[in-house]
Amino acid sequence: MDSHVVLLLVAFFALVLLPAPWLGRFYYRVMEGERTWLSPLLQPVERFSYRFAGVDAQQEQDWKSYTLALLAFNFAGLVLLFAILMLQGVLPLNPQNMPGLEWTLALNTAVSFVTNTNWQAYSGEASLSYFSQMVGLGVQNFVSAATGLAVLVALCRGISRRSSQTLGNFWVDLTRGTLYGLLPLCIGLALFLVWQGVPQTFSHYLDALTLQGGEQSLPLGPAASQIAIKQLGTNGGGFFGLNSAHPFENPTVWSNLFEMASILLIPAALVFTFGHYVKDLRQSRAILACMLILLVLGVGVTLYSELQPNPALAGLNIEQSGSLEGKESRFGIGASALWAVATTAASSGSVNAMHDSFSALGGLVPMFNMMVGEVIFGGVGAGLYGMLLFVLIAVFLCGLMVGRTPEYLGKKLEAREVRLLVLTLLVMPLGVLVLGALTAAMPFANASVSNPGAHGLSQILYNYTSGTANNGSGFGGFSSNTPYHNLMIALAMLLGRFGYILPVLAIAGSLAAKRRVPVGQNSFPTHGPLFVSLLTITILLVGGLTFLPVLALGPVAEHLSLLGH
Amino acid sequence: MNAKTEIPAAPTKPRSQWQAALIQAFVKLDPRQLVRSPVMLVVELTAIFTTVLCGLPGQPVPTFIAVQIALWLWFTVLFANFAEALAEGRGKARADSLRAGTQGLFARRRLHNGTFETVPAASLRKGEVVRVEVGELIPGDGEVIEGIAAVNEAAITGESAPVIRESGGDRSAVTGNTRVVSDWLLVRISVNPGESTLDRMIALVEGAKRQKTPNEVALDILLIGLTLIFLLVVVTLQPFAIYSGGALPLVFLVALLVTLIPTTIGGLLSAIGIAGMDRLVRLNVIAKSGRAVEAAGDVHVLLLDKTGTITFGNRRCSALFAAPGVTGKDLAEGALLASLADDTPEGKSIVEYLRGLHPMQEPARDAVVAIPFSAETRLSGVDYNGRIYRKGAVDALLAFIGMQRREMPAVLSREIDKIAQSGGTPLLVCADGKLLGAIHLKDVVKPGIRERFAELRQLGIRTVMVTGDNPLTAAAIAAEAGVDDVIAEATPEKKLARIRAEQADGKMVAMCGDGANDAPALAQADVGMAMNDGTQAAREAANLVDLDSDPTKLLDVVQVGKELLVTRGALTTFSIANDVAKYFAILPALFTSIYPQLGVLNVMHLQSPQSAILSAIVFNALIIIALVPLALRGVRVEAVDAASLLRRNLLIYGLGGLVAPFIGIKLIDLLLTSLGLA
Repeated sequence: MDSHVVLLLVAFFALVLLPAPWLGRFYYRVMEGERTWLSPLLQPVERFSYRFAGVDAQQEQDWKSYTLALLAFNFAGLVLLFAILMLQGVLPLNPQNMPGLEWTLALNTAVSFVTNTNWQAYSGEASLSYFSQMVGLGVQNFVSAATGLAVLVALCRGISRRSSQTLGNFWVDLTRGTLYGLLPLCIGLALFLVWQGVPQTFSHYLDALTLQGGEQSLPLGPAASQIAIKQLGTNGGGFFGLNSAHPFENPTVWSNLFEMASILLIPAALVFTFGHYVKDLRQSRAILACMLILLVLGVGVTLYSELQPNPALAGLNIEQSGSLEGKESRFGIGASALWAVATTAASSGSVNAMHDSFSALGGLVPMFNMMVGEVIFGGVGAGLYGMLLFVLIAVFLCGLMVGRTPEYLGKKLEAREVRLLVLTLLVMPLGVLVLGALTAAMPFANASVSNPGAHGLSQILYNYTSGTANNGSGFGGFSSNTPYHNLMIALAMLLGRFGYILPVLAIAGSLAAKRRVPVGQNSFPTHGPLFVSLLTITILLVGGLTFLPVLALGPVAEHLSLLGH
Repeated sequence: MNAKTEIPAAPTKPRSQWQAALIQAFVKLDPRQLVRSPVMLVVELTAIFTTVLCGLPGQPVPTFIAVQIALWLWFTVLFANFAEALAEGRGKARADSLRAGTQGLFARRRLHNGTFETVPAASLRKGEVVRVEVGELIPGDGEVIEGIAAVNEAAITGESAPVIRESGGDRSAVTGNTRVVSDWLLVRISVNPGESTLDRMIALVEGAKRQKTPNEVALDILLIGLTLIFLLVVVTLQPFAIYSGGALPLVFLVALLVTLIPTTIGGLLSAIGIAGMDRLVRLNVIAKSGRAVEAAGDVHVLLLDKTGTITFGNRRCSALFAAPGVTGKDLAEGALLASLADDTPEGKSIVEYLRGLHPMQEPARDAVVAIPFSAETRLSGVDYNGRIYRKGAVDALLAFIGMQRREMPAVLSREIDKIAQSGGTPLLVCADGKLLGAIHLKDVVKPGIRERFAELRQLGIRTVMVTGDNPLTAAAIAAEAGVDDVIAEATPEKKLARIRAEQADGKMVAMCGDGANDAPALAQADVGMAMNDGTQAAREAANLVDLDSDPTKLLDVVQVGKELLVTRGALTTFSIANDVAKYFAILPALFTSIYPQLGVLNVMHLQSPQSAILSAIVFNALIIIALVPLALRGVRVEAVDAASLLRRNLLIYGLGGLVAPFIGIKLIDLLLTSLGLA
């Protein structure tokens, strides 16, 4: 590992962690409607939005109304985006005259962006108009992230309120999340990216004559704004097909560092927001410690295995400096490995290298990150509510061992909460194992796989995991744009998104209504090293026990067969 | 304290208990019974499935191995059933003997016209009135509405001395199946058939009828969830394996499923619950629902009556102060003589105290003229040898010897004020009109109670003393007993208000009481324990009844509640931690036919794929039997803070659960291969 990689790691963690406490407090103040330095500028806009939409900002909703509002909003977004993608041929801002998408692809894409997945079975520059990108996808990039944020604050309120029937107002949370939480940061990052050389234009593609005399069409477009939100909102859907491996999306070392850090920026800050909600920042530090342990473990394994020479080439008497195939030579192994782990730890799914080309173990880490439900920082809001579910599971499993009915921060966990927790535990196995097994079993479905055997199985697993976990990154070599996979992955994405959101909101509602038991020296301690290790082990155990058999047949078998070569 | 008879119908010999449990283990194979523990139902279904597979020709697994796997699957279910049956055994033995008494019992039921008719006791309904004569058994729980009688309740409480039951007041409740040993009673039956104390006791220790406690229900859901997840894992493994180049034998997949699902805790969950209730029954506490016992583990605040719980209930002599010019010996003799004929507990305590301190030649009882306490003089004492000895409250005695309070010697007057301020009661003693000195009577705190409260504090439970005393007295006793708080001059309303206030803070409150006016507070408390010799109203409002009428039992109930929860948590953790080793045993065995290189995962170096899978299954079954004693006894809960308790249990059951199966499976593998079974 050279000094460049070390510097990169230091800069990355500093950019993610240093602003987190401050930003986390900012999010708490914003979501609770307190005054911030942005209020003079944005409050008029906020008030106008409510008046325009006829929302009474003071009216709180119970968990059912909150959920209904969320579902209605997401459904409307889905229908609208589907319509835009189908009809883009007749809509404005289409200098390249892109035709409407095939319906399964349009549906898949619409679901993908509404669920904050940004799975892309298409290539942006070859299929989408600027209107589709900006009005269609761009809008969902914002509101899907804000939806995740809304669900998280609803859960935070559920845990921190006592004997309360309401969880807040979805419309207000959505508006504040978008307006204060995402827009200002995105404008900042977009301007930075433009400075670094990312295009932001409505003009049509440039035709260029290459040095060899060939003709090349250089795709352009309003890319910088799109890239800013795709990174900050853990969406991950690239403006161009190659995502952040494309020189126009990610032109420099600086753009690479800032794009990478912005994947985890908001998820890390939200951990502190939670601490402010429950008035106990020790809880935040414990959760953050667990996330960091898992992230560092993942980065370590991937970095190590990517820096190893390929054992298959060992006998060929060539000098190897790790495996560079499928990686941008501009960024090298270190930055690619770090990005891969970060993007799958969070539910971003943007990539700056091809995960399919990673070594078997290097590719296993991103897969495992997603299989545990993307709780290692995770998506905006989604990561932390997923993590809090694991916290509740750990508390329920081990809380009994202190001789009390399990309780988290004074809220008792009873049959109703456990039932809902179990529902969320079933989401990943259903999406990955059941849908994956269907694909593996049916010849027309597994024809999409490019390599047979263990690597082929990894392709199936990775892509269905990515869909269910709402990550959106792909394991190349898998032709996903077929009607079958478009529909099945759309199903996986819906399952992965709402299979969590609905139980989480129900848990929030049920916890909010409970009395708060005083927390004392005889309560189950949910801060401190003991709980951090307990939580980490729970996550590894739940993920490991569910997916170990199939991982053994995929990446593990591939890794061992390479070694045995 | 009365002598206690052995618990009636002491359980039959251990051996026959084992035999009965063995038979029950097979009876419980009935799927309709197994539905109550879904994990075990899944195991039974897989056992049936594997048995069928054994009979089908052309299986990839040698029949010899498949039959062994099927057998061990059946054993797994039987072992779990056996554990439950064993737990039921003891409580049931006792309940059965009690129930036997009610067979063929008849009652004299009062008709509208006031005459009585004889009906079977089992047909009595709530509200009906029966007459019970001397020598007869009371046909059901109820309240005395007329008459007074001595009742022998040994059958229920194990207490051999008869107790008095009479209408009105706080001693009006009677329990079914107890015998009237004098006079007669008119009893209004207060429960319908099947709802009596006895029925409740039986229901708590019978697996098939038992109502699951809230936490047990929640844990059950989690176990079902885990079972579902592992079902998905195993069912989808086949298509993945076929895609990878080879189908897996169904018998092996079944084995994988059974070893992964939480059979250890699933099989023992019911036994843990029953054993916990049985421990309560053995403490002579009857819980009306398991919910209350579980809630006891969560209690934050304990409301305890002072009298009889914290103190002995009557004041005792603790010190003497001589008036100036009187020798200690004179005072002691005077006080002793003045108390000699006093049969109140206070008087006896003075005699006892002085006998040890200043032994003297005591006159015989008939040599003295006893002057009993009268409301008029408010004094008592004796006339002996022509001398007049009296003792009494300060103002009464001063009036008797014609002295004003201010004429009293200053030293003595100060002492008396001090005694009163410390919550005690001062008495004065005189002989022939001469003031001898003062006696300090005080409420004596039971020995060991202070330590008990300290222990509770360690467990995070605050104790609140409830007393009718004035705040001064109350505070003094509270300080001595080491309680955290005190409600002085308590009224039923005050108690209820306090419970509500604590609950509004999210706290769980336990209290015990016996009087009719305690009923609302008992009903409001999360854990309410009524004394068996209390009123029927209190017994109905409470969710626990202590047959020995010993309020300190509440502390034992808290302990049992905690043990119940810890045992469940410990075995769940153990069960899940076990899965890691089982994966390392079974996965390489399953997959080496597809990818030989996966053999490196066989870290235990098990002999063959067949022996690996068989060993895992055998371990999975045997561990249930190995843990039965722990499930029945319960994990001990020490009074330490939550973090150390957690660390200790995690180390034993978490880490232990991770390591134990690696060793166990390896040993079984060595044994099986050396015996040629695999």
